[in-house]
Amino acid sequence: MESMLHITTLHYLVLGAALFLLGVIGVLTRRNVVIVLMSIELILNAVNLNLVAFSRMWGGLHGQVFAIFVITDAAAEAAVGLGILIAFFRNKETVNIDEVNLLKW
Amino acid sequence: MLIGGILVITCKNPVHSALALIVTLLAQASIYLMLYAPFVAGVQIILYAGGIMVLFLFVIMLVSIDRSVRERQFNSQWVVGIIAATALGGLFIAVYTKGKNIFPEHALPVVENDNTQKIAIMLYGQYMFAFEIASLLLLVAIIGAVVMAKKKI
Repeated sequence: MESMLHITTLHYLVLGAALFLLGVIGVLTRRNVVIVLMSIELILNAVNLNLVAFSRMWGGLHGQVFAIFVITDAAAEAAVGLGILIAFFRNKETVNIDEVNLLKW
Repeated sequence: MLIGGILVITCKNPVHSALALIVTLLAQASIYLMLYAPFVAGVQIILYAGGIMVLFLFVIMLVSIDRSVRERQFNSQWVVGIIAATALGGLFIAVYTKGKNIFPEHALPVVENDNTQKIAIMLYGQYMFAFEIASLLLLVAIIGAVVMAKKKI
């Protein structure tokens, strides 16, 4: 029992970084717009995990309050993003990002 | 949580991705509980897994037709995307192995019973302005989402 692994702050930060990487890969790689929006939510969750881990390390609760604001902001942005997606789908009948090329030269 | 994250970005069906994201969010709520943050865990479950993901599932059911499941899943720039993500991962590894000694050895095992009260005091006291701005942001988001999705404005 004396070689028990202590879970330090660094472990939470590495987990947050791994989630952030998965979100970035999802945003850069997928063609479906809905999955890109879900990868953005993954990125926001990774940031929240970092915030709360640092809040635990320093002892104050500022990180947790900021995490609540980030969750609120993610809700608002998801709603508006999905509204844009619905408006786009009504025009083009596809959920492909490659088809969003009306402003292309 | 990492398995859920990998499943989000690799599933063909967007409904499967949404369910994997719900699993990821619930796992993250349990990690918040490990970090002695019960209020943030509760907010995450209620708002994120119970609100935002339900919204996502509604829109998936409205938007994704069967044709999009059979198409090619990864877009044409996936090589550059993977290279950029590998560069970012290398940056993270470099930062975390160099700065490993800044963080203290053990996680602080302080168990507090009034986490919600303290967050409420801080939210209504010190961050009152940000709280009001957040409510204004939600109002703007509601109006924006309704206007974007209407048939005629």
